[in-house]
Amino acid sequence: MSQALSVRLAPWLYTLVLLVIWEVAVHLFRIPEFFLPPPTSVGRAIYDYWPAIYRNSLITLWSTMVGFALAVGFGLLLGLLIGWSRTIYAGLYPLMVGFNAIPKVAVVPILVLWFGIGFMPAMLTAFLISFFPIVVNVATGLATIEPELEDVLKALGASKLDIMRKVGIPRSLPYFFGSLKVAITLAFVGSVVSESVASNNGIGNLMLQAQAQFLVPLIFAGLVALAVEGIVMYWAMAVLERRMTSWAHRSGFAQA
Amino acid sequence: MSAFVALDAVSHSYGGAGGTLAVEGLTISVERGEFAAVVGPSGCGKSTLMKLATGLQFPFKGTVQVAGTLVTQPVKIAGMAFQAPTLLPWRTTLENLLLPLEIVEPHRSRIRRQKSEYVTRAEKLLASVGLDGQGDKFPWELSGGMQMRASLCRALIHEPQLLMLDEPFAALDAFTREELWCVIRDLHAASKITVVLVTHDLREAVFLADRIFVMSARPGRVLAERKVDLPRPRDLEVTFKPEFQSIVHELREHIVRARQ
Repeated sequence: MSQALSVRLAPWLYTLVLLVIWEVAVHLFRIPEFFLPPPTSVGRAIYDYWPAIYRNSLITLWSTMVGFALAVGFGLLLGLLIGWSRTIYAGLYPLMVGFNAIPKVAVVPILVLWFGIGFMPAMLTAFLISFFPIVVNVATGLATIEPELEDVLKALGASKLDIMRKVGIPRSLPYFFGSLKVAITLAFVGSVVSESVASNNGIGNLMLQAQAQFLVPLIFAGLVALAVEGIVMYWAMAVLERRMTSWAHRSGFAQA
Repeated sequence: MSAFVALDAVSHSYGGAGGTLAVEGLTISVERGEFAAVVGPSGCGKSTLMKLATGLQFPFKGTVQVAGTLVTQPVKIAGMAFQAPTLLPWRTTLENLLLPLEIVEPHRSRIRRQKSEYVTRAEKLLASVGLDGQGDKFPWELSGGMQMRASLCRALIHEPQLLMLDEPFAALDAFTREELWCVIRDLHAASKITVVLVTHDLREAVFLADRIFVMSARPGRVLAERKVDLPRPRDLEVTFKPEFQSIVHELREHIVRARQ
């Protein structure tokens, strides 16, 4: 088997092996289904409850994506603002760190108070949890412009806007697209956390109800649905990153 | 005043008048078309000199004049190159060269319409430093020495009258460095541009310069000024001649004293 083919097959193969080990372990150690259901039962649950899983997955995906889109727009804007001026940076950075340190679960009740349950708190939690890495990365890209290059351009009479347009913004793009991968996974965490506290819909709520009815395989089915959505979106962001900033990969720029 | 670059009794400090002085009572004058080198121990304010002469910083005492006018804003007739080539990795080498033209007038307003003329100019410049046909490559596809050559071209693309070089070859290996000495030597001979080279390397200074300023440790002042009369064009062979060695030796003595 060629190297390239085995690399392509590896993710599927490894997943399959993991599932087999899981299945065998459950049977071998006689683990009861209500404690840890084997993959076959989880698969069965996915099949049995497919309409509910499908519908709730889309609901979760929707609130996640809207929150994420807001985070991208807002994060990009705030990142540019923070990277623009040292004063704004100094003023906003501690605030943002403090804000980021707040567990977002704790914010959900406030959001419910303001907006009621359902879509709004889920979307906003996804937004709140995922904008921070975007802001920090965009600001980092802007803040790490080589001072010598800035001098070269300033001596030519470049304005701050010129430097931003020609150097700062293109330079921060790899940081920005890199941060999207982190942000999208966080956005799912946000929406699901909110759904399991304050919603009648979504995967978070589905899992909560499954727990209440002791349908353990269905809880795991919900986890699988989330994992699949997370992988697909992460992959989409990774493709986007490669497309938009291929120069950064080839030049070894900003490889963290 | 006949000098092209003239610093007169300049004092400058960072962080306001109370901060430590970077340079104090610095007086330097370089004539039009001259190749000047500034040498000195680390932290002698050589980089401050660069900033003062290009109008990125303004002295709190003394005056800086370039081309007969008092420097009160960035000096657009100057080109700059540093130890780091600082080429933009998302632009090809040629596009990197065009960057200053997108900033500085009058090229800024012309570059869209007259792109092909400017591209030709950039290609000629690349050829003059031995980078013919490399314009389409990205900077990371070039060696360190080639990147430095491209960086020099970027400094020269807007046809400046003054070229400021801040230890441009410090990061290169010895052989590449000597190659680039010759590149600079030829550029200077061909264009009669005024060059100010800041360097640690005494041999580099003696090989390239007409006039060398030795600066003291912080706060920087000029300790000695030495004219180099070695005939031009100079060949690398000259670096092995006794008169060359004796100038290097003389400068070294100054530096050693300055460090004490």
